[in-house]
Amino acid sequence: MIRSALLALVAAAFGLAAPAWSQQKVLRIVPHSNLTVLDPIWTTAYITRNHGYQIYDTLFGLDVTGKVQPQMVAKVEVSSDRKTWTFTLRDGLEFHDGKPVTSEDVIASLERWARRDGMGEMLMSFSAGLQAVNARTFRLTLKEPYGLVLESLGKPSSNVPFIMPRRVARTPADRQIDDFTGSGPFIFKRDEWKPGERVVYVKNPRYRPRSEAPSGTAGAKVAKVDRIEWVIIKDPQTQANALAAGEVDVVEAPAHESYPVFRKNPDIQIVETNPLGFNAILRFNHLHPPFDNVKVRRAAMAAINQAPILRAQVGLPDMYRTCFSIFPCGTEFATEVGMDLVARPDLKRARQLLKESGYDGTPVVLMHPTDLAVIAKLPVVTAQLLRQAGFKVDMQSMDWQTLVSRRAKKDRPSAGGWNAFMTVWANVDNLNPITLQAVGASCDKAWFGWPCDAQLEKLRDAFGRASDASERRRVAAQIQARAMEIVTHVPVGEYNFPVAARKTVKGFVIGYFFVPWNIEK
Amino acid sequence: MLRFLAARLLATIPVLLVVAVFVFLLLRLTPGDPAAVIAGDNATGEQIEQIRESLGLNEPLITQFGIWIGNVLRGDLGESFFFRMSVTELIGQRLEPTLALALCTIVLAVAIAVPLGVLAAWRHGGWLDRALMGFSTLGFSIPVFVLGYLLIWLVSLELGWLPVQGYRRLSEGAGPFIRHLILPSLTLSVIYIALIARVTRASVSEALTEDYVRTARAKGLPEWRVLTRHALANAAVPIVTVIGIGLALLIGGVVVTESVYAIPGLGRLTVDAVLARDFPTIQGVILLFSVFYVLINLAIDLAYLALDPRIRY
Repeated sequence: MIRSALLALVAAAFGLAAPAWSQQKVLRIVPHSNLTVLDPIWTTAYITRNHGYQIYDTLFGLDVTGKVQPQMVAKVEVSSDRKTWTFTLRDGLEFHDGKPVTSEDVIASLERWARRDGMGEMLMSFSAGLQAVNARTFRLTLKEPYGLVLESLGKPSSNVPFIMPRRVARTPADRQIDDFTGSGPFIFKRDEWKPGERVVYVKNPRYRPRSEAPSGTAGAKVAKVDRIEWVIIKDPQTQANALAAGEVDVVEAPAHESYPVFRKNPDIQIVETNPLGFNAILRFNHLHPPFDNVKVRRAAMAAINQAPILRAQVGLPDMYRTCFSIFPCGTEFATEVGMDLVARPDLKRARQLLKESGYDGTPVVLMHPTDLAVIAKLPVVTAQLLRQAGFKVDMQSMDWQTLVSRRAKKDRPSAGGWNAFMTVWANVDNLNPITLQAVGASCDKAWFGWPCDAQLEKLRDAFGRASDASERRRVAAQIQARAMEIVTHVPVGEYNFPVAARKTVKGFVIGYFFVPWNIEK
Repeated sequence: MLRFLAARLLATIPVLLVVAVFVFLLLRLTPGDPAAVIAGDNATGEQIEQIRESLGLNEPLITQFGIWIGNVLRGDLGESFFFRMSVTELIGQRLEPTLALALCTIVLAVAIAVPLGVLAAWRHGGWLDRALMGFSTLGFSIPVFVLGYLLIWLVSLELGWLPVQGYRRLSEGAGPFIRHLILPSLTLSVIYIALIARVTRASVSEALTEDYVRTARAKGLPEWRVLTRHALANAAVPIVTVIGIGLALLIGGVVVTESVYAIPGLGRLTVDAVLARDFPTIQGVILLFSVFYVLINLAIDLAYLALDPRIRY
């Protein structure tokens, strides 16, 4: 008796006594970034979106073919005039606290989301009201038909219309939520959350998955592990070492230089969970010279050559591709209409266009984020191409957060403003011209750079009203042509960051980003 | 003595006040807007403005400072802009890893460096001395991250003896706690071993030329006693100073090691907070570092009293 007590004491002291959850299946993931903000409606950060998908569910999901599929919704009825949409929730949906998901919860969640999200705001601008018909049925009444009702409710990326309990969703949209009760496949363990170190989720035993196969953000969300731990490791080499040693199971977005090492390791697999990948862009500030002049923007566009920029940034030929469309290549709206200058870059032509534009040698302030490896090399090559075209480029190095803060400033470049910067968008955000923020041209309300073009805005509105797929395709092509005519931005090509994982991990869902359901270990 | 202690502790207050004002102003003058960082990449200017408003960043600087300093005086360091968690709680989570790493490193460094330094001084000009000087040069020259990756490759990946990364709290058991601390402490200690050994060697060498050492030897004392009781004891003041400064630097400056080994310590918290412009967290951590520096300096001064009876305050 004394002997076993002593042994237990020694075991505890040396960490040999296993914690209660050690018999469970634990999936350890290194996420692409540290989780800081927990409210997926308050921020558009992708990491918070991913956090949201673990704990919340959505009315609709988007499958890998780009089709909206019902998720929490069991049935949708549309009136003949397409102005009344009636949704019935699946039977047996419950929040983590055991309370049923009701229409009131859905309405409050959608209302809060629409106050923060552009697509939600647009949906609500067509809405005459949302009413609860009964506990499981709610109705959306429109002032006039709107073609993107399901696309809005099934919007897969930030901000996602996640469904929260009414008491949580009633939090004003400009305040963060404090209660993280959802109805998704996993439960957030706030008591185990150590910012910058570890985020813990456990399986939601009440979750009732759909019966369809998982695809994108749609289909069955079956939690096949008991516990998920996000292990925050920022250093790419340490991520690679931890994966090689089996201390973590998945690295969501490794650095490109790590892939050749992973490929040589027989215990590691590389899985493309997001075939669409990311799209790099060069964004101009339309408010100040020289890029307030469309001719100067066109000259810059003619100078941008995607291939060398991508080669320098990514290096691995199988992980990047040129794409001469503002929409992700291979998706519904992708087209080369209006992309002549992008598809056939020509420095001689760029010099000629620049000369014709009357460019007076005003230095172009190009912001260069040195600490964000996934885009740090893009501006370096771009600056050189612009210089070769005759631009005077003042490339200013800074950290990404300074860039993020500075790009919000409308001041003149000489007074702390800017002329151009580069970034990448997850292509899931570029699937249509409503979520593709770079083509918004609503002046002061537009995304940073503030293009101002009534015709483009009219076309985006027409896209929202388009009633069928062929009309939407036609309008999307017009939007691309107009966006490239006024040069809202320059697409710089696409690249990927496949997931790296131990070979013992199976069941990855192919879609738009890494999701944790269906994964077994 | 008590008056000295009280005076030194009271002197901390103006130091902390100056640090508080300086850090607050410096952060506001640095480019970067926490609201833009929080809002995320897809946010519009309007959303950023809403967040600025809700964080109180649109208030005049003097009002912001007044609110913050008022809270600090009540013992409240504020709430992180990002984590919706009190800065005190955040620091509390990060304090143990940093203190454990710093203490382990300094203990390891002292345990190795002081005997090495004494031996090198004793065999001045000999092979041991030259080897130590060579090691010192190497220790100063090799970047911490290079040494860290080399040790991880050898000890963790090739031999599989120790974990690659992470930290386990003492409450999770002494075994995991120690296993996770060995490599980072070893990595960090190399530079401190080099530094402390060099200082020890120089101080002890000087002491060995003193008359009292010659007298001790003439009295027939064994050499190890001469070295420890006479030479080392008299050479201790500069050594203790270096150890104290080393400890202070370790508490605030182990960010590279913390990154290489993914240790969630104060160094990483500071860098993350700076990159994210999390003003309340940066202010809280800097204030804490100031308190540490003051206290460590005080401890060094008190150690002088014990080591050198000629010193009086």
